[in-house]
Amino acid sequence: MDKLIIGGIELRSRLFVGTGKFSNDNVIPAVIETSQAQVITMALRRVDIGSNQENVMDYIPKDCILLPNTSGARNAEEAVRIARLAKAMGCGNWVKIEVISDNKYLLPDNQETVKATEILAKEGFVVLPYISPDLMTAKRLADAGAAAVMPLGSPIGTNRGLRTKELVQIIIDEIDLPVVVDAGIGKPSEAAEAMEMGAQAVLVNTAIATSEDPVNMAQAFALAVKAGRIAKIAKLGPESRYAQASSPLTGFLNRGVQ
Amino acid sequence: MSFYDYYSVYKEIDVYKFFNGLTDYDIQRIIGKNKINEYDFLALLSPRADNFMEQIAQKAHKLSLQHFGKTIQLFTPMYVANHCVNRCAYCSFNAENKITRKAMTMEEVDQEARAIAATGLKHILFLTGESRTKSSVAYICEVAQVLKKYFDSISIEIYPLTVEEYEQVAAAGVDGFCMYQEVYDEEVYDRVHLAGPKKDYRFRLEAPDRACQAKMRSASIGALLGLHDWRSEAFATGIHAYYLRNTYSDVEIAIGVPRIRPHVGVFDEVEFVSDKNLVQILLAYRLLLPNSGITVTTRESREFRDNLIPLGVTKMSAGVTTEVGGHTSSNSSDSQFEIADSRSVSEMKQAIINHGYQPVFKNWMAI
Repeated sequence: MDKLIIGGIELRSRLFVGTGKFSNDNVIPAVIETSQAQVITMALRRVDIGSNQENVMDYIPKDCILLPNTSGARNAEEAVRIARLAKAMGCGNWVKIEVISDNKYLLPDNQETVKATEILAKEGFVVLPYISPDLMTAKRLADAGAAAVMPLGSPIGTNRGLRTKELVQIIIDEIDLPVVVDAGIGKPSEAAEAMEMGAQAVLVNTAIATSEDPVNMAQAFALAVKAGRIAKIAKLGPESRYAQASSPLTGFLNRGVQ
Repeated sequence: MSFYDYYSVYKEIDVYKFFNGLTDYDIQRIIGKNKINEYDFLALLSPRADNFMEQIAQKAHKLSLQHFGKTIQLFTPMYVANHCVNRCAYCSFNAENKITRKAMTMEEVDQEARAIAATGLKHILFLTGESRTKSSVAYICEVAQVLKKYFDSISIEIYPLTVEEYEQVAAAGVDGFCMYQEVYDEEVYDRVHLAGPKKDYRFRLEAPDRACQAKMRSASIGALLGLHDWRSEAFATGIHAYYLRNTYSDVEIAIGVPRIRPHVGVFDEVEFVSDKNLVQILLAYRLLLPNSGITVTTRESREFRDNLIPLGVTKMSAGVTTEVGGHTSSNSSDSQFEIADSRSVSEMKQAIINHGYQPVFKNWMAI
């Protein structure tokens, strides 16, 4: 059976969705429904628990797994504090570590991410670190007790697709943890591509949230992720630089041999 | 190197001579670029670029959507004291103006904060005039301690401090810094700042450096548009933000676009900045710094502000008063300037929703 297990939980969907950037949070339930996503990430910095204002949490169905992220953290220490705050606020024990010390390119700080992962994994968190695709970092994260690794496909929010394909492929090939491609996926076809490469799941936010029709776009991603996964399991045919006819001309030579 | 040195190279540029050399093709090429440099940015502020406003607006909209989605963050300013030792020609708080002066007691701060928090706002910007006796650093810290009980994020717009003083206020709970240079042209700066410590151009210009060195989370800067030629002032502001972002990469840099408003005082040489000019400035900022914040305050009218929403604005003020104690209104001071958009927080929230955007009340918290 084709199962994805993270943090001891068997997940029914390989598409994780984010909740940022929507024009109105009230579209989120429909997006979650059509995406069939089970793991939902949200920035804790935006969550306002205990206020009378409406809140992104109000729109996430109770049977979903919350994946609070540490957006806004500039170093390991801040990420750890945000993670603990999330847990204290009742967001469960999953956390996506996101440490960004560079506001120009918004690339993750791998070194600080490893540090935060070491601390939080020891405290019993299910840690999913978001990283620039680097094999050594991924190995260190595995040693530190990460539950998965989340390499980026392109800088966050860019919708530019799998620009880091070669490096992500190496991580998929070498690391035993589930690899979830996070950030940069702009089109369903790119999500399918990540799945064909062997990613265990993808996380999509901007591409859905900023589409003209987020609900249908969420469904398109759900289908693409499934298609990519099925293709991976079915094993893609070999690639060749030259055309190869489906009905070879020299087939008769073999037919003569009895 | 601080911004004063960095900027010395750019201020030598003859902006209008540079504009004269630009062709339509240059502007189109810049619009098509993935990442623009300082000179591309200057070209976007040129009269030549006026003809490409729609194309530039489309690009700015796309970039804003990509980085911020359809969201607008809300905040409100809270004036805690208006005693001031400076004489700025364009400001009602000018030491020589005969206005009602006031510095709130902590009890009043508490009451005012409670009233603002009841509107749902989680981000507050508090302001004082420059008076190291009536609104000392210790007083600023005390105010921050009180506000912490009610708000998730606290910013200051006060007189320039030293690095150590910024560290003190940060330790008291302040995470955001805001300071407008007012005018980047050093000569004009000297002319409009008639007296007081604010005459020290360089100490103010380098205040954002010091705030970033003190590890503030966010730093907001800007020029008071109308004090000098807007194209060169916007250029200086953009270069300043560009420098800060590249130098202090872990600080969120934002730019304000305040236009001068009617006020009590003597300044009457306002260099007119039209709505179209303001839009051109805002769009150029967005193309130079795609993921930096841009703030539009209630200095602008409601219609104009609403129209700016898709163009790259990320932060707006709501429920604004520029009087000390104005949110609880009993016994408040005179105002700093007249506001043009008097909508309450709930009205502003609804307006943003009506434009297909999400009003964001909370985007950070003390951790």
